[in-house]
Amino acid sequence: MSTVILLVITGLGLGALYFLIASGLSLIFGLMDVLNFAHGAFLAIGAYGTWWAAEYLPGAGPDGFGFLLAVAFGVAAGTLAATLVELCVIRPLYGRHREQILATVGLSLAVPALIQAVWGADPLTFPKPALVSGAASVLGVHIPKDRFLLILAAVVVFAALWLFNSRTRYGLIVRAGVQNRAMVTALGIDVRRSFTLVFAIGGAAAALAGALGGLYFGVVTPTQGLSLLIFAFIVVVIGGTTSLTGCAIASVTVGLIQQFANYYTVAGLGDIAVVIVLALVLLTRQGGLTAKKSAERVA
Amino acid sequence: MSAGRPLLDAADLQVWIEGSHILQGVSLSVPGRGVTALLGRNGVGKTTTVKALLGLVPRTGRVDFDGTDITAHPTHTIVTRGIGYVPEDRGVFSALTVAENLRIAERRPGRHRYDLVHELFPEIGERADQPAGTLSGGQQQMLAIGRALLNDNRLLIVDEPTKGLAPRIVREVADAVARAAEQVPVLLVEQNLSLVRRVADRAVVLDAGRVVHTGPALELLDDADRVRELLGVARAAAVPSAPPETEGRRTA
Repeated sequence: MSTVILLVITGLGLGALYFLIASGLSLIFGLMDVLNFAHGAFLAIGAYGTWWAAEYLPGAGPDGFGFLLAVAFGVAAGTLAATLVELCVIRPLYGRHREQILATVGLSLAVPALIQAVWGADPLTFPKPALVSGAASVLGVHIPKDRFLLILAAVVVFAALWLFNSRTRYGLIVRAGVQNRAMVTALGIDVRRSFTLVFAIGGAAAALAGALGGLYFGVVTPTQGLSLLIFAFIVVVIGGTTSLTGCAIASVTVGLIQQFANYYTVAGLGDIAVVIVLALVLLTRQGGLTAKKSAERVA
Repeated sequence: MSAGRPLLDAADLQVWIEGSHILQGVSLSVPGRGVTALLGRNGVGKTTTVKALLGLVPRTGRVDFDGTDITAHPTHTIVTRGIGYVPEDRGVFSALTVAENLRIAERRPGRHRYDLVHELFPEIGERADQPAGTLSGGQQQMLAIGRALLNDNRLLIVDEPTKGLAPRIVREVADAVARAAEQVPVLLVEQNLSLVRRVADRAVVLDAGRVVHTGPALELLDDADRVRELLGVARAAAVPSAPPETEGRRTA
């Protein structure tokens, strides 16, 4: 029983990390029809931004409020990068899907290379505040504390995105734009402004995933974003490409499957199990787990 | 707008879509009052003309609105100059509620005429919290027209509002178009000639991507040979107004 509790909570923690990355991908793909392969770069920028701030930024540090400031810096750096990418790279290429893919794939390779050129390819030890160091006891099971932080962050991000989508005018525009972008424009709305905002929000979530992923893995590497992005794409496809709720369900499903499969079978089989689930979903429900609930999309 | 100058004036509109030359130099104008009907057989370029006017498809030529050249403007800027648009497919956001479909159309700053919309279409108010995708075709059309009437527009462009609707709903939609035309000029794309006869003042006929006739609507519709030649159908009959207490609104 204690093993199951451990696997469930750590699986939820992993799922939370996936959700932070995939929610932005889902928003961006749903509204803008952009397969953003550069999303992992925003994660890397968030992770390295947080690490750099904790080391060098005055006022920031590896613990307490200083760490919060470092995370805020990392998230701001990822958000700024996402905004610039949307304005300078994506916007001139709307409707040109092949060029968008090439451009974002290029960025996904260029950013880690740039990071590697500055800070090297070796993993850098990520700061870990005392509050989330060590383990907490749940029903007698020792669970790493950072998993709880990841779960909490994912819940907060989910709630914030849900409120954004359901309670704000921009959210309304995003939900309408997912369905019929041309009609939103024909109502007199500059949908490009919403694109930039959505891209920035997606970048912020990915950068937060980078910062919290540093806690999860204990280190940051230039290619961390690339490897996590693969699972984020799987989550988006399983959850349904435009559904935030589906994205959350798929994130938890993928995280739990990975943890259980890795523990009860051979280590590494978790990844294969996830790919099998992806194949099953594609064969049986092509629109993802939430395909039939079109009214709830991006909500 | 000065007297005599058209509200909307398009000259030499050319549109190519996937290698096909859809509009081959369309020139038309919409005066500042009444209903201008844009007519033609299926596939002659009526909807493309509307989209070209609004900048929804790449085009060449020139479009002036109230004396200002809007050719290079993006669609959202063109629309915010005072154009309400009801597309052929209604453009209703099915995942949003009826109220949200109206709210997203609110232009800011500006007056929002919910009273007019609810007066014309009481059902829209009654079904405010219902997902628009669960409305009947007729109700969706009412929502689409209501959405276009919500703002103080200077021109309405309505593309085939009666397409696929039951006859009783057609009468309601015709009433709504006629009522809207009392307040704002309308460019109406329509194949239902009885509706055109009832509401239109002028007719512009397209054929193969070109304007082949412009003139008073009734003069054209009363000329059976010309109607058959240009539109391929017999002369249109009149369409009565909907009775005041119309039943069966949900049957579309």
